Amino acid sequence: MAGAVWVHGEVAADGSLARISTEAATAARALAAEAGSDAVGVVISADPARAATELARFVPRVLAVTEPLTADHAAGAIIAQRLASLAQADAPSFILTGAGPEGRDVGGVVGALLELPLLVNATSVGWGDGGPRVDQSAFGGKQLTTSHFARDRGIITVRANAVDAVPLDQPGTVEQTEATGELHLPSVSVVDRVASQAAATSIEEARVIVAGGRGVGGAEGFALLEELAQALGGVVGATRAAVDAGWIPYALQIGQTGKIVKPQLYLALGISGAIQHKVGMQTAGTIVAVNRDPDAPIAEFADVLVVGDLAEVARALLAALRARAG
Amino acid sequence: MRIVVLTKPVPDPASGQERLGPDGRVDRAAAPAVVNGNDEYALEAALKLVEAAGEGDGHADNAHADNAHEIVLVAMTPANGRDALRKGLAMGAHRAIQVTDPALAGSDWLATVRVLEAVLRDLEYDLVLAGADTSDGGGGVVGAGVAARLGLPYLSYAATIEPSNGRVRVNRLTATGHEVLEAEMPALVTCTQALGAPRYPSLKGIMAARSKEIAVRALADLGIEPASVGAHAAGTAVLEVRPPAERGATRVLREPPDEAARELVAFLAERRLI
Ligand SMILES: Cc1cc2nc3c(=O)[nH]c(=O)nc-3n(C[C@H](O)[C@H](O)[C@H](O)COP(=O)(O)OP(=O)(O)OC[C@H]3O[C@@H](n4cnc5c(N)ncnc54)[C@H](O)[C@@H]3O)c2cc1C
Ligand SMILES: Nc1ncnc2c1ncn2[C@@H]1O[C@H](COP(=O)(O)O)[C@@H](O)[C@H]1O
Repeated sequence: MAGAVWVHGEVAADGSLARISTEAATAARALAAEAGSDAVGVVISADPARAATELARFVPRVLAVTEPLTADHAAGAIIAQRLASLAQADAPSFILTGAGPEGRDVGGVVGALLELPLLVNATSVGWGDGGPRVDQSAFGGKQLTTSHFARDRGIITVRANAVDAVPLDQPGTVEQTEATGELHLPSVSVVDRVASQAAATSIEEARVIVAGGRGVGGAEGFALLEELAQALGGVVGATRAAVDAGWIPYALQIGQTGKIVKPQLYLALGISGAIQHKVGMQTAGTIVAVNRDPDAPIAEFADVLVVGDLAEVARALLAALRARAG
Repeated sequence: MRIVVLTKPVPDPASGQERLGPDGRVDRAAAPAVVNGNDEYALEAALKLVEAAGEGDGHADNAHADNAHEIVLVAMTPANGRDALRKGLAMGAHRAIQVTDPALAGSDWLATVRVLEAVLRDLEYDLVLAGADTSDGGGGVVGAGVAARLGLPYLSYAATIEPSNGRVRVNRLTATGHEVLEAEMPALVTCTQALGAPRYPSLKGIMAARSKEIAVRALADLGIEPASVGAHAAGTAVLEVRPPAERGATRVLREPPDEAARELVAFLAERRLI
């Protein structure tokens, strides 16, 4: 029988549980059910209580490990060392994390310390032949693959929006412990934390993205996109052209050297659909493009193309949405 | 300032021809190899840091770098990755080390980490720079793994890199802003596009690159047992490769904005997106 399935619970800046962890936890629970083993959440933080309680809504048992060092040190390597020593003692079969920056840092360090194989950027996690079956998308969705672990252990990093988070009927229990033992990896201090004006939710987790490209024409143009994003319950994203022009921060760039996103709705305004942008968004549920050029490459992979001026269409869309909301 | 840049040759995304073979491995014949995009940002950052350090000691001309100022590219790649490394040398790196060995075919992430670790153990450096992730299916985990095995401070998702007095300061991008990190050197930093666009190789750089060294290392040179890497030692395996589901035909709306917007709202409502 397979051992437990663990999920790393990521703590957001305000102490809450990152949404990506609720999704990874739902996947961990499903794997444990198939394996006939336990799903266990692990939250390691200077102040883990709130996130641990939230994680217990998704898995029956959560370890809340107080580690004061994460308050003023880069979290990845510290959490990873603590997680690795817990995992060394308890030998879970599989460990799941989100595939965002923290989950990657943690997965990479734990994997290297425990010499575990990794399946990265899972777009879905299933079960077959006695082990996890992990779907991944290659080259931004040009091809899809299904992979497994050759020997029954490994780490899976799960992409945001890959799994629908489903809470338990009855919340699980939280066990509090203190971190103990030495850390052998050198520490990295956090001298300062700076919040930007950029979206408070991560663009990778957003269900609706209103993305703008060079066609938006300037930073002011993005104000209209922001309004539209709000009306649709989403966030703003951008192409590299808009980022390079200084209209919007790099954190919101989508594509090959930006974020890979999979929202339910992707509204692309003034975006040509260059291949480096396409690889970041082509697996979105529904793609709507507004472009005055009907032959722009994005016409080939959008579900709907509105041919016209993006500012005019965006204003009309805002008005139509407001009319509908009444 | 001595910097090692981990550079992975990947199939060129701009070619549109990237493809996995039926065995789930990258089909190297399908598209030309180029240096991974994020690794080029890492190399550009390295070039700027070495130039600044050289100016500091009056060695402004980076072509005359002595041992004190050096950029070494390190890549684990099949033989065809060599051209991509040559471009890195043309941009200004001083030399390259290419690890290539038939036994590496089908290696998993851990084999990659162990190989890069072994190469780095023989080098002296102030910084190791890696890309934040790779365009050919990498999960943004190799840098973290290498740092952990070498016991190096690990600073990820860098938007800026500032060394001074034996320490390095990095602005690490987060979903909602950035963290200012600081650690002792040597350290490993993973790099993003926010560090700045890579330069084009100059004609002089291209000429100079022809005589720069690309040292080739096999597993035996690194003391790695061939049976411990490659496809049969891999902890993961691809079971199936398939094309994505086809998207339906694109619906094109050419009506005036108000009408198009009403149709769009109806479409979004039908798909339960609003
Ligand atoms: C190594 C590397 C990495 C890269 N990584 C990324 C990445 O991560 N993300 C990314 O996005 N790009 C990336 N790129 C850049 C990419 O190649 C394209 O240059 C970029 O995506 C183009 O952005 P765009 O669509 O906004 O601009 P353009 O290609 O210039 O397209 C603008 C579009 O807007 C339309 N338009 C203009 N005005 C209006 C208007 N008033 N109303 C309606 N439509 C209008 C035009 O018809 C055109 O189709 C990368 C490139 C390289 C080399
Ligand atoms: N085979 C390789 N050779 C050299 N560097 C690599 C290799 N694989 C990964 N890297 C480095 O690790 C970074 C992250 O890779 P990955 O974890 O595969 O996304 C890359 O951007 C490179 O800097």
